[in-house]
Amino acid sequence: MSDEPATTRIFIMGKAYDVPAGVTIMDAMEYAGYRFVRGAGCRSGFCGACGTVYRKEGDYRLEFALACQEMVEDGIHLTQLPFTPAPREDYVLEDLDPTENVLLQHYPELARCVACNTCTKACPQDLEVMDYIQAALRGDLARVVELSFDCIQCGLCAMRCPADIKHYHMAQMARRLYGVSASPAPGHLAERLQEMEAGRYEDELDALVAASTEELKARYAERDIEKSSEESA
Amino acid sequence: MDPIAYFPGCSLKDSARPFELSALAVMEALGLPLIELPRWTCCGTVASLATDDLMHHVSSARNLVRTQETGGKELVALCSMCFNTLKQVAARVNGDVDARDKVNAFMDEEEDYEGGIDVLHLLELLRDRVGWDAVEERVNRPLFDVPVSAYYGCTLVRPKGVGIDGSDAPSVLGGLLEALGASVIATPFDTECCGSYQIVDRRDLAMDRALRIVVAAKTRGAEVIVTSCPLCQHNLEQAVGEFGEEALNGAAPAVVYFTELMAIAFGLEQVEVPARLQPVLDAHRLGATEGAT
Repeated sequence: MSDEPATTRIFIMGKAYDVPAGVTIMDAMEYAGYRFVRGAGCRSGFCGACGTVYRKEGDYRLEFALACQEMVEDGIHLTQLPFTPAPREDYVLEDLDPTENVLLQHYPELARCVACNTCTKACPQDLEVMDYIQAALRGDLARVVELSFDCIQCGLCAMRCPADIKHYHMAQMARRLYGVSASPAPGHLAERLQEMEAGRYEDELDALVAASTEELKARYAERDIEKSSEESA
Repeated sequence: MDPIAYFPGCSLKDSARPFELSALAVMEALGLPLIELPRWTCCGTVASLATDDLMHHVSSARNLVRTQETGGKELVALCSMCFNTLKQVAARVNGDVDARDKVNAFMDEEEDYEGGIDVLHLLELLRDRVGWDAVEERVNRPLFDVPVSAYYGCTLVRPKGVGIDGSDAPSVLGGLLEALGASVIATPFDTECCGSYQIVDRRDLAMDRALRIVVAAKTRGAEVIVTSCPLCQHNLEQAVGEFGEEALNGAAPAVVYFTELMAIAFGLEQVEVPARLQPVLDAHRLGATEGAT
């Protein structure tokens, strides 16, 4: 028995590296010497900055993941695709008529969808991407919102699409449009805005602004995360 | 009878909502309810005729997989164009094992399509399974005297083997209209193309064709033109809007879906009467509520 920690052999852009077993792709790349200036963000699977493409040995399919979430496996070949050059349409939400198919008007390449489902296979969030594109084609805003809600805008769908659809930008437009046109106005938000306008938080804010760095650090360290999550529950 | 899966298509969820709503209502009334195919995708719009272009068959083929998943053996289309595309692709992947294997291999995330799903148009269901006699029995507000042009267009009756009726002298819409008590107007343009998707890039061309169809119906006395295709409906109504009463020498015929006329003849008041059809009904004393039982 060796005391050597277990290692995994991975291939980053074709070059072999032995990295600790059981770490994420992102940690493995940093272990191998890569330093992320871009292509890394929250490191918690929410920001969508670290899109990664890999192939397992002997598999005919490409796999897609977030580097900060996926564990390394022996023999995988990988590279990062942290950014997708995909233009986002300009629009003013209030000027749009949601009863017309404005999604198709702003993203006409939607009509090029042949239902190949490649986008769905590329989604690290396991969303039914093709289904929301199909819903967008027929102007079903609510369904686009429902199916795309957990999108983290990594852009891998648009990178893979043979029809050059900008899925994630279109779905973001759909969610924004649905927000201003169809979803009920949140009562608690209006209430909180009123409180703010009435100056309820002024004193607290002034105290924070006046506090020293040491004091702020101490307050941050002492903050009670569990308590606040109980309150919100 | 078990409900049959129907394929709405994108237009019926958007610009052609009245088509879907009226179709569902009349089929319910006939005791043959339709259920929407779950997770359907666009039909593909136009069936690619190139034998090696299976990529453009995937969208239709996926709908056949969805039908197979429901346990059904049939898929009913309402829009003529969807019907045509779905049926052409079904013929291909049902009959050609190599093509089916290739499409199945590509759709590796789906269960394999095993073949054998039939694509029908709603008019076939009405003609062959319900029958005109049963339709006539359900009518409680016959469309006495209303002269209706039975406009087929292309995709319902062409090509041979796909079309649901002969393309020379089709009779399916006429049979339906007679059962509803309308007076059927035939024109030489009944199976002419409306201009189809040329409306997008060659509006002049599409309008030229559409106007001829409307004028042919109008000059033979039609007050209504009935269609089974959202694109035909759009193009013909566009021609009416563009050229108006001047070109048509009087009130333009209302272009409506066959299911909308059925709903009126069945007295289904929950189905909205198309705005341009109302004056026609009024003139024939077939007001929205009058005479319904």
